[in-house]
Amino acid sequence: MGTQHKVAVVDYTPTSTAKTFEAYPPRTLWGDVWRRYCRHRLAMAGTVVMLLLSVATLAGPVIYPVPIDDIDFAVKLTGPSLVHPFGTDDLGQDLLARILYGGRISMAVGLAAMLIAILFGMVIGALAGFFGGVLDSILMRLADLFLSLPQLPLLLLVVFLFRDRMRQVFGPELGIFILIVGVIGGLRWMQPARLVRASFLALKEKEFVEAARCVGVPSAWLIVRHILPNALSPVIVAATLGVGSAILAESSISFLGLGFPPDMPTWGRILSDARDYLDLAPHWALFPGLMIFLAVISINYIGDGLRDALDPRKIL
Amino acid sequence: MHKYLLRRFLITIPTLIGISLVLFTVLAMAPGDPFEELALNPNIPAEVRLNLRQQFGLDDPIPVRYVRWFTSMLRGDWGYSFASRVDVDRLILQRLPTTLFVLGTAYGLALLIALPVGVISAVRPYSLFDQIATTLAFVGHSLPTFFNGLLFILLFSLYLDWLPFIYSTTIEASGIRWVVEHLRQAAMPIAVLGLFEAASLTRFIRASILDVIHQDFVTTARAKGLTERRTVLWHVLRNALIPVITIVALQLPGIFTGAVITEQIFRVPGIGSLLITAIQSTDTPVVMAITFVYAMLVVVFNLVADIIYGFLDPRITYS
Repeated sequence: MGTQHKVAVVDYTPTSTAKTFEAYPPRTLWGDVWRRYCRHRLAMAGTVVMLLLSVATLAGPVIYPVPIDDIDFAVKLTGPSLVHPFGTDDLGQDLLARILYGGRISMAVGLAAMLIAILFGMVIGALAGFFGGVLDSILMRLADLFLSLPQLPLLLLVVFLFRDRMRQVFGPELGIFILIVGVIGGLRWMQPARLVRASFLALKEKEFVEAARCVGVPSAWLIVRHILPNALSPVIVAATLGVGSAILAESSISFLGLGFPPDMPTWGRILSDARDYLDLAPHWALFPGLMIFLAVISINYIGDGLRDALDPRKIL
Repeated sequence: MHKYLLRRFLITIPTLIGISLVLFTVLAMAPGDPFEELALNPNIPAEVRLNLRQQFGLDDPIPVRYVRWFTSMLRGDWGYSFASRVDVDRLILQRLPTTLFVLGTAYGLALLIALPVGVISAVRPYSLFDQIATTLAFVGHSLPTFFNGLLFILLFSLYLDWLPFIYSTTIEASGIRWVVEHLRQAAMPIAVLGLFEAASLTRFIRASILDVIHQDFVTTARAKGLTERRTVLWHVLRNALIPVITIVALQLPGIFTGAVITEQIFRVPGIGSLLITAIQSTDTPVVMAITFVYAMLVVVFNLVADIIYGFLDPRITYS
């Protein structure tokens, strides 16, 4: 495409310009963002790693159909081999199968918790920014309050207090999943809320909003259709980075032994079980830890790339 | 300045009340009854249980219970640990110095690394040093403390056998050897926590200096003949640190997260590992009190950050 453009500049006659314009598809907003994103090499590397991880966790258990709870004491704590590519744990269970399966849960927790945080944050931020006044001060004081709460101790406290009831109501697996996703998401809405509010404060004074108001657009439509799409860029970045920090939060809870039960081997949970066998079977801790690290760092690079690509003032 | 300090100090009161409200609401909404076990015991008649409930005021309306709980927290009556059979405040006061020592030293280490690295990176952007430093900072920022800690144990304790990986409170030595032993066992937790903090601090400091360094007053400082060293260290750094302090204050709750995990990995006898043991033994008074202590630490350090902010930025006095 670059060469085509050069031809148009050098060969400056009316006919050839018209021709190149025709050959050139119109540039769209998201097309521009994509082009700028592709120029960020590390972000592209992060995208590839993330895609590989997603495919591995989604399709892995199908392609590699080794049961995650096949106990075999004859091969316990063995290192990587052809039969068990990632080695085995203290019960002789295959670690690759457990990591692939656990990755699904870790990623699902990350995505779901981020969605909750972003939705909650967008609603609160939009309300505070659009209506202002008393509502704004109340909601923002609330956000300040939540920002000064110690996250992990509070997460642990809530999981500790509500664990048994959630298990009774929704069953052992779904109950813990809902609880963990809810708490992680519920403690992370403040940053998106602040970002959305800041954009709303600036955008609601713009002429296009005034114009929309003049032709009688109701407030709800004004928020959803006119202002929100323009306030999305920082939210997209925050959402991407939010997946990473939610995966980290879940791993931390599981690492401390308060997360999922052992039959749901999330990465943090496997790492936590491996802790006491560090001298005998270092591979047991290394593989899940490496997975968490890869997931988080690639998400962080993707977020970094998106931040640059979505900022039109930034020259790439 | 005094007026600012006083006003800033008064703001902490509603914050603390708000935090205590959140904590108490969580506790009050939680299912389960502290006298549940008594109900299952056939030897204890139902009246005894009901009397106990009345005696401890569990049947009172929630606002009354909240006021009672909050005032007794303020009086220093934090309850009694079911598991350890001592008062909660004594238990916490035993553990708090260790936590503060590890956290404080780790933060000092983080500053010692992040300040020079961040400054050099920002003064020579996109140089080889900058590229290595930013990559390392990015990696360190994405490396979770629990994995980092295990890697350190693997390398320094199991492979090289240099450092002990369990923190012991009873070191049988005195004088210099006692100090050395203490440093040796604290080295890994401090390094894990400090390096993690250093990674994010470096990123903030670099970004903040890059924002400031192209401003006009820096050109003025150079134009009037100041050395590059004095320009950067005196004019740029002071202005660049103001936003950094805000971010650090906002990040404090996250730092305690890392501290809890680090204490748990290295079995450091601080309040973080106490929290985990208390949760495992369903010792609710201890869990509540520690969560509240963490909240208070956040509020106190936020206050400290704001006071430093006031010193660095003279404009704040008049606002």
